[in-house]
Amino acid sequence: MKQLITFIRKEFLHVFRDKKTLLMLFGLPIAQIVLFGFALSNEIKDSKIVIVDYSKDAVSTQITTKIGASKYFDIQQNLLSATELQAAFKKGVVKMAVVFPTNFGNDLLKTNKATIQVIADASDPNLATAVTNYVTQIINDYNAHLTNGAVQPMQIVPEIQMLYNPELRGAPNFVPGVMALVLMLVCTMMTSASIVKEKELGTMEILLVSPFKTIYIIIAKLAPNLLISVLNLFIILILSSLFLDLPVKGSVLLLVFGSILFILTCLSIGLLLSINAKTQQAAMMSSLMGMMLPTMLLTGFLFPIENMPLPMQVLSNIIPSRWYFIIIKKVMLKGLGITAVWKELTILTGMCVLLFTLSIRRFKIRLQ
Amino acid sequence: MRTLFFLLEKEFRQILRNKQILRTLLIAPLIQLILLPLAADFSVKNISIAVVDNDHTSTSQKLINKITASGNFKLTGYPASYKQALDMVEQDKADLAIEIPSNFERDLVRENADKVHVAINAIEGTKANLGGAYLGIILNNFNADIRTQWQPPIVTMKEPPQISVASSNWYNPFMNYHLYMVPAILVTLVTAMAAMQSAFNIVQEKENGTIEQINVSPIKKHIFIIGKLVPFLVLGIVIFTLGLVAGWLFYGIVPVGNLLVLYASLIVYLFSMLGLGLLISTYCGTQQQAMSLSFFFINIFNMMSGVFSSVDSMPQWAQNIVITFPPSHFIKIMRMVVLKGSGFNDISGHLLAMAIIGLVLNVWAVLNYKKTV
Repeated sequence: MKQLITFIRKEFLHVFRDKKTLLMLFGLPIAQIVLFGFALSNEIKDSKIVIVDYSKDAVSTQITTKIGASKYFDIQQNLLSATELQAAFKKGVVKMAVVFPTNFGNDLLKTNKATIQVIADASDPNLATAVTNYVTQIINDYNAHLTNGAVQPMQIVPEIQMLYNPELRGAPNFVPGVMALVLMLVCTMMTSASIVKEKELGTMEILLVSPFKTIYIIIAKLAPNLLISVLNLFIILILSSLFLDLPVKGSVLLLVFGSILFILTCLSIGLLLSINAKTQQAAMMSSLMGMMLPTMLLTGFLFPIENMPLPMQVLSNIIPSRWYFIIIKKVMLKGLGITAVWKELTILTGMCVLLFTLSIRRFKIRLQ
Repeated sequence: MRTLFFLLEKEFRQILRNKQILRTLLIAPLIQLILLPLAADFSVKNISIAVVDNDHTSTSQKLINKITASGNFKLTGYPASYKQALDMVEQDKADLAIEIPSNFERDLVRENADKVHVAINAIEGTKANLGGAYLGIILNNFNADIRTQWQPPIVTMKEPPQISVASSNWYNPFMNYHLYMVPAILVTLVTAMAAMQSAFNIVQEKENGTIEQINVSPIKKHIFIIGKLVPFLVLGIVIFTLGLVAGWLFYGIVPVGNLLVLYASLIVYLFSMLGLGLLISTYCGTQQQAMSLSFFFINIFNMMSGVFSSVDSMPQWAQNIVITFPPSHFIKIMRMVVLKGSGFNDISGHLLAMAIIGLVLNVWAVLNYKKTV
């Protein structure tokens, strides 16, 4: 026991005497949470569009004004021809074009029918769908106005209520996701790097021939990282409740418990990665290349998991951050209790125990 | 010049002989490029919906059929009360809850209007946005349907004026999300490689102490730096090419635009990103520091450069920051050239921006790099 404490002290000294690294370990995650929390948003507003008006009559001018007044659109210019339109799209600034054909107003007056052409730059499919929907809504409103405000019979009025995040801010979705991502990467990279560093410097050999038990080495290596991650967690939680208006709605204790489980799982992954890597560079590359994008994509905070092909959905089950992300969302944003997250907690516990035993076993093999 | 040649030979040997790293550098990005676009499908379909039908008439049944038949929604439950539906939303069993009030049909016929309650889980903004819009359109259509069904056609009245919308989607008529994601994912992979590796490489020499040997040698500062950058430039081009080929083989994505434009932009981009790596390395003493810093930048680049979420929706101050990120420009260029076939003229602004950023970073790095420890 005394050995272990001495050893843990050594590790803490290693970590804490390096002020620059320490500053980075705390400063960078905080900077990310704040930056993402404030900057990222899904709201579509001020999409730049162009109007191609071949008709130039009272109706087309009125509709143009209506579109320009909408918060979704920002009319860039009025173009004159379709060739100019092609060029505008290729420059990539304009997202949509609204084309009024010649005799638009006349047609409407005489035949009671007219068509507006809406061309969206569908290289971004979702944006294209959204802006087309918005402009259709505006034109539908105008249609209603054309019937001289006569009450439409049999009106179904949808009363839409946005739950949990009425202003559609990006933060409620991104902050839990970034929390999972940052904790995951900091834990795996720090752990794998600190162990491989000893290998690289040759001090690992000294440790292995010394009478320390392997488990002591592992525990001592993990201890400072655990502490740093937990501190990071608290700082993130305090920041998001103070500045991002995202307080923990449920039990803080439950959230911290889930987080520690997740942190331990990530530390074990770092341990596993360090066993195979020979150089720090290799360890970091595999934790970064191998963990970062899969974590980003398969956690579910960027892309809905239910949209993925089945093999991907199955694969996402083995990503610990996926379960952690659900826990944060349920406990922090929705304020649910342990009954809602026991399944996720059990899975995380299982992963943690499995990975930890696996890494300890592999570590022993390396001793021979 | 001869010195540079020998330095390059040394660097290439060092990179090529480390098979473990070479493998990670070449194969990991490829696997990710092939697999990840499958996951990165943001098209909003399969929105799960819980319907509370308090009316139980043929009209309410028709509305439910209309919603499920649209293909965007997946009916996950028929709870008995609105509260239970909200519980389903809370437990992530439904993204959206809709309540058809009792006497829906009667109110529509007698009072000419009725309300339908819709609650959407808005934690995921895009889904909420589009889900709401889709449902709105379905309700509108349904409304038109029942009007024609219940109301006798009025012969005396003239048909009201009607403007219809004909929409078309250019460049991606089938709304294929892969077309949008694959070019951007390729950029993130090249980014991770370029910024990280150049930083690591120099810091590694610092940590191993071999940099002192180079410092006392008559090698000039800029020759040393060029010797460090060129191999990663080559590696970046190789990874990019492999990625393009993989995108073509697996996703059938062939750049509409000129390859020359793409590669010219790639070289300018790599120049700026390697400059960043260099700059990171001048500030870091250990690989762990270099790793933390490059991870920080890569993460910020990935999240904010428009790969996953639109730069245009960000507040103005954030957009001003994003302009200084080289990947935001290169991602735009990639999407423009690959999807729309934009030429040099169209991308010149982005190209210039990347060149300026690259110049600033590289000059800064060279000034900050001291041949003393």
